[in-house]
Amino acid sequence: MLEVDGLTVSYGPVRALRGVSFAARPSTITAVLGANGAGKTTLLRAMTGLVRPQEGSVRFDDHELTGLPVEEVVRLGVAHVPEGRGVIDQLTVEENLRLGALWRKDKSDRKRALAETYDLFPPLAERRRRLGAALSGGERQMLAIGRALVSRPRVLLLDEPSLGLAPLVTAQLMALLAELTLLASLTVILVEQNARSALSVATWAVVINLGQVVVSDTAAAVGTDTGLRHHYLGF
Amino acid sequence: MAAARLPSRLRLPDQPMLRHLVLCAGALVLFYVLTVNLSSYHNYQVGLIALFAMVIAGLSVLTGINGQISLGHGAFMAVGAYTFALVQEHVTLPLALELLAAVAASAVLGLVVGIPATRLRGPYLAGMTLILALGLPQLADKYNSVFGGDEGLHPSQLVAPGAVDPNRWFAWITVLVAVIVVALLANLVRSHFGRAMRAVRDNEVAAMLAGIHVGRTKVLAFVVSAGCAGLAGAFLALSGGVVTTGDFPLSLSIYLVAAMVLGGAGSLVGPWWGAIAIVYLPQWSTSISSDFGLGSAVAANLALVIFGLVLIIVMMLAPTGVQGGVRWLARRLLAARFPRPPAAAGVTAVAGFPEPPAPATPDMRTEQERTHP
Repeated sequence: MLEVDGLTVSYGPVRALRGVSFAARPSTITAVLGANGAGKTTLLRAMTGLVRPQEGSVRFDDHELTGLPVEEVVRLGVAHVPEGRGVIDQLTVEENLRLGALWRKDKSDRKRALAETYDLFPPLAERRRRLGAALSGGERQMLAIGRALVSRPRVLLLDEPSLGLAPLVTAQLMALLAELTLLASLTVILVEQNARSALSVATWAVVINLGQVVVSDTAAAVGTDTGLRHHYLGF
Repeated sequence: MAAARLPSRLRLPDQPMLRHLVLCAGALVLFYVLTVNLSSYHNYQVGLIALFAMVIAGLSVLTGINGQISLGHGAFMAVGAYTFALVQEHVTLPLALELLAAVAASAVLGLVVGIPATRLRGPYLAGMTLILALGLPQLADKYNSVFGGDEGLHPSQLVAPGAVDPNRWFAWITVLVAVIVVALLANLVRSHFGRAMRAVRDNEVAAMLAGIHVGRTKVLAFVVSAGCAGLAGAFLALSGGVVTTGDFPLSLSIYLVAAMVLGGAGSLVGPWWGAIAIVYLPQWSTSISSDFGLGSAVAANLALVIFGLVLIIVMMLAPTGVQGGVRWLARRLLAARFPRPPAAAGVTAVAGFPEPPAPATPDMRTEQERTHP
């Protein structure tokens, strides 16, 4: 169970989040939706500690995550794929993936996780020795997600994974996420501009506007609310 | 196809550890032949080159692999040299332990400097380390009862066994230690820690999110690099038999950075080119200025000017340093000798589109060579 409670973040005089609260249920996908500048990315960054919240807390099972260094949050099983910046350019695909599991003790499981990731993303397996810098946008996105998965996370925070992906690849990615919640009992927090595709796989949805939660309900309820859709989701 | 790949297979083994061993053994043989054929004076120069290679190699890892800059490595060398001399003055220990003490002392200073360094970047870090290079020798001058003031300290020099020329003996020991240091660094760069260092250099946020302790990685890189500098400092003390603050001017630290860039940042062969430049360029500049009857004020600064010029020319010709240029040249020559089969060149698949069915055993080697120029 991942709980966000009264999270408030300011960048100088600008308030990006004003007391955001929600809970993500285990083994489900929670979509976080909203327009540009609503505070979605800041929410994820505050959850892993990349920005320090002024108020509020983030709890994961029995752990208080607020105040922990980023790498400790990651090692507790909360993986975060940042928007378009998850790849180390000067390392090869394989080195990038192995980086994600560097800190894990179980060596044989590290190998297994690596093999599984290659199975999930065959294009990565074909480009093992290629530098991160030499990948296309879609491949970079796969690599960033793959690296998060190699660490065998229990929670996966995804920031705009569909950015730069072809519609078909986005659909495949969404299907994969749904599969992972079932097979690996992964909890996914999915930040998306593309509300329609996010709602198609999410069980729960949180709509944010100007740093505040507008609605927190089932994905089905949010997706069928015409007023919400027109106001905040743009479809 | 197999025949075309054969030379590169014969060249070096793929296994990094084995490759480093082969390279080191080759280097040692080369240096042995060199020292046996050179005069006593030139053997001394070889020893100096080896000791500068140690410190520049450490700097190359710090800057080239981990992305941190240090304009204060002369100060770490000074700490190593003074520690070595002081230990020798007060207690009697085997040489190896005296050298270890020098490494330990400079590594501790590396820790002290490395911790605030995690918060600083680029020019700010350069400024902080610059102050170290400026301030530390002053400190030794102030406490002259301990550090010997202008007189300096006088560590004993190496005692060569039997009929071996002392300078040749100095060269052998220094080269041996330098090759070991470079081999250890090469393995470090290839290890998990090496990957973590490069990840931190490229993208701190992504490294953090991969679970890497960014701060610890940076501090440890500083400690390792400072330790190498301390060892080099101890050998410098050993070479001259005297340690004074005049041996570690600010220009030394700047020379070290320039030599590192000259050889190739991040390379571990490059530092040897840089060390050659550090040892020989000042000599050449001195002989040039005496040949042309230039005054002593010009002579003192001509070396830096020449060094700067060489650096500029090398950077224009080979942006990745001398070693990068050598590699490029070697690749060109090899490619001309053993042309690649054209089949390997056609695998630029567009992302998102399935590649044509690959052969049963994908040729990873040519793939790697192609994408890792």
